[in-house]
Amino acid sequence: MQVEETKEFKPTIVAFCCNWCSYAGADLSGTNRLNYPANVKIIRVPCSCRVNPMFILRAFQRGADGVILCGCHPGDCHYTTGNYYARRRMTLLFSMLDFLGIEKERTRVEWVSAAEGAKFAATMNDFVATITKLGENRRLEDIRCKKQ
Amino acid sequence: MEKNEKELAQLIQEISGLNPKKCMKCGKCSGACPAFHEMEYHPHQFVDMVDRGDVNRLLESKSIWMCLTCFACVERCPRDVKPANFIEAARLALIRQQGCNHLKDEAVPPLLDEEMPQQAIVSAYRKFKK
Amino acid sequence: MQRIGVFVCWCGSNIAATVDVQQVADELAKEPGVVYSTNYQYMCSQSGQQMIQEAIKEHHLTGIVICSCSPRMHEATFRKTAAAAGLNSYMVEIANIREQCSWIHKNKEEATEKAIILGRAAIAKVHLNAPLTAGESPVVKRALVIGGGIAGIQTALDIADAGFEVDIVEKKPTIGGKMAQIDKTFPTLDCAACILTPKMVDVAQNEKIHIYSYSEVESVKGFVGNFTATIKKKARYVKEDVCTGCGLCTEKCPMKKVPNEFNQMLDNRTAIYIPFAQAVPKVATIDPNACMMLKNGKCGVCSKVCTAGAIDYTQKDEYIEQQYGAIVVATGFNTIKLDNFDEFAYSQSPDVVTSLEFERLMNAAGPTGGTLLRPSDHTHPHTLVFVQCVGSRDISGCGKPYCSKICCMYTAKHAMLCREKYPDTEVYVFYIDVRTPGKNFDEFYRRAVEEYGVHYIKGMVGKVAPKDGKLMVQASDLLANDQLLIEADMVVLATAIEPDESARSIATMLTASMDTNDFFTEAHPKLRPVESPTAGIFLSGVCQGPKDIPETVSQASAAAAKVIGLLVKDKLTCNPCVAESNELMCNGCSACEKVCPYGAITYSDKEFRTPYRTTIMRRVASVNPAVCQGCGACTVACPSGAMDLKGFSTRQIMAEVDAICK
Repeated sequence: MQVEETKEFKPTIVAFCCNWCSYAGADLSGTNRLNYPANVKIIRVPCSCRVNPMFILRAFQRGADGVILCGCHPGDCHYTTGNYYARRRMTLLFSMLDFLGIEKERTRVEWVSAAEGAKFAATMNDFVATITKLGENRRLEDIRCKKQ
Repeated sequence: MEKNEKELAQLIQEISGLNPKKCMKCGKCSGACPAFHEMEYHPHQFVDMVDRGDVNRLLESKSIWMCLTCFACVERCPRDVKPANFIEAARLALIRQQGCNHLKDEAVPPLLDEEMPQQAIVSAYRKFKK
Repeated sequence: MQRIGVFVCWCGSNIAATVDVQQVADELAKEPGVVYSTNYQYMCSQSGQQMIQEAIKEHHLTGIVICSCSPRMHEATFRKTAAAAGLNSYMVEIANIREQCSWIHKNKEEATEKAIILGRAAIAKVHLNAPLTAGESPVVKRALVIGGGIAGIQTALDIADAGFEVDIVEKKPTIGGKMAQIDKTFPTLDCAACILTPKMVDVAQNEKIHIYSYSEVESVKGFVGNFTATIKKKARYVKEDVCTGCGLCTEKCPMKKVPNEFNQMLDNRTAIYIPFAQAVPKVATIDPNACMMLKNGKCGVCSKVCTAGAIDYTQKDEYIEQQYGAIVVATGFNTIKLDNFDEFAYSQSPDVVTSLEFERLMNAAGPTGGTLLRPSDHTHPHTLVFVQCVGSRDISGCGKPYCSKICCMYTAKHAMLCREKYPDTEVYVFYIDVRTPGKNFDEFYRRAVEEYGVHYIKGMVGKVAPKDGKLMVQASDLLANDQLLIEADMVVLATAIEPDESARSIATMLTASMDTNDFFTEAHPKLRPVESPTAGIFLSGVCQGPKDIPETVSQASAAAAKVIGLLVKDKLTCNPCVAESNELMCNGCSACEKVCPYGAITYSDKEFRTPYRTTIMRRVASVNPAVCQGCGACTVACPSGAMDLKGFSTRQIMAEVDAICK
């Protein structure tokens, strides 16, 4: 990480949120005016199991500094078992990313229910702080995609 | 004793490889135990004592030597807690501590049965006298 | 190339206060494909919607992006707006710049920048949107109820009440199930038969309900609204429509030593039998394993005595195919086998009985005519020991890991009835915990202890040994820290219950999911407790988990309400955002089929053209859009990338990722 750790560094963070729990939880944190940094951009997916590991690799390739996946709590999935699939897939992917040299802290899976607006905001604040400390991610970045 | 009580309870759990927390206190073990009336502490109490780390009383008691290891409690336990394994583990925990033998050397000969095979006595000594 | 319109909403000052809406609209106008971009105070208002519609027509827009509040709030509104202007409603994307932008950020510059990025992501997605049409499928206005116990009866009655045809398939010769065997019900102690049999008669007399008794569901095909079931009507060797149920044949049958299932094998019946007096349908059935005529052609007494001429020894199994819109599973339960519990001497002494056998012994219509007698020597027992949790809460592998829920209450009932009818008896109940959550349940249990003097002992029986006609019960009393030895006349085991053995094969047939204990799983444990995750399959009674009669009845009615809600619809609109398999890329590996929680994916062999005018057969996946719920689990499982989710396609999400990370 040869980037100069200035206060200017604003990480790009992609959050995948399932439509039924976490996206609603993110909405709730908005309704309650609970702040979290603007670096977090949310992509809505029907279920956490829709998130293909490829999406996460793509995000890192295109210059994301951290990726977080939020789904319903285990046992509460709208589709019964989707979040279990997501959990297994991400466990495998994250250990592979770790092997590739992408710090474990850059990826995260969190269970946020539709009632946990406060948890959503707290999680995002914590995640952004972690990523800011880690600095820019360059390991998987495709320099051809980099805007000069 | 060299180890404190908590460590001993931990040791007993480790030797047995079992989890006393699984016990739902149904008492089927004590209901099944043929040596129940010989014991000061009963099978369901062993489990509870190990769980709470209150094992000194247990190790000093004669109860653990009264267990026949018939495994009736192990067989009947609906929760896979296996009280007899804890008792065996408690015995081992005692034996592993030097100088904490159940019987002193000189106390043994009068207790011996003439008809007991020599080999059994020797191997018992090997096992328990360390 | 799409022609995209962007509409940025102020939401009064909700968005406009922290986001520079003008700048957002201007920036987004520069995006490729965007031909129109504007902002307005309230996009969701009448005039806002009109503005959108006019823009769609004027600029020939093929896709629109609305930067406003959460899609959970107004996505449906804007979809309708687009549809009214002639644009496919799935060509609308919402960028959430209120809940997820303006409301959480204070810095205007930062918030505006984020709003632009969110808008870009939505534009990138809408570029790849394709018009989707919600499919429709017809609904067959007929329901199938599998199982004719109290759960099935209640569900069928409620559905028929709403005016729909219902078929009950019951594998026994009569409906009624376990409740028909029970003597009294807790906590009111009213007689089970007195409240059940009128309901059975209602079923028989209801024009909308058809009972297939002595029948089994052989196979089920299809999907919600359109199931096709094959029902096997087993040969009962009696013409159902001719038999009057007079019972003369059962009196004359020479084969009198057949164990009576209805009385839990405590007495015998004849080879031709009617299970009990109030059976519905009241039709005799010949047991082919016991009947001499069927086994070696020597007898024929029943056919001689039958004045109606209903006996037909040549009857064959009959297969009926019928269409249904919805299926209710009400397969119920059985008590577990006690082979793993030798310590209770169940197999050694007839005086050790299960609670269901005890029900029959206490029942006025039972083998002893309601007098409590020991099965071994028909004498009056003086000391009774009840053992709770036999096989329940057992993780050693001998029994079941769950609590069977009903045992605490029926044991209290048995103990109370014993003491009430026979005050000279001593009744001991060995319990681990007494669980009595329910209306008037704890009061009932306390009455057994306080008014009827039942001895409740905290502890468990370790051994029962038959000795000189008595049963020596060795048990622990944990509160007294003692071991007891009781000389008992009878021991009653509160045996755990398990789902009926047919449940698993039925679940497989219906592609309904089950837990490790073979109970059906519900679509949502709290919010959709009577539906299976598979659309069109509903759950009623103990097949979903242990429950008592009031709970079963309320669940049965709830399932009926859900079925009625489905059957009143003429057509089902399907969610168009479903998975779709690209047959050219599919390699037939079945990975998607295994992860699908709804059984929406099937495989079939299809012919494909290959070069030089040849063809090959390949196994490819296809998704049933009526069954698919659109979770997307299959899209990730697919190794060849053939599976994709409409509305959330891989390319669309990738485009969003790209737009955000740019």
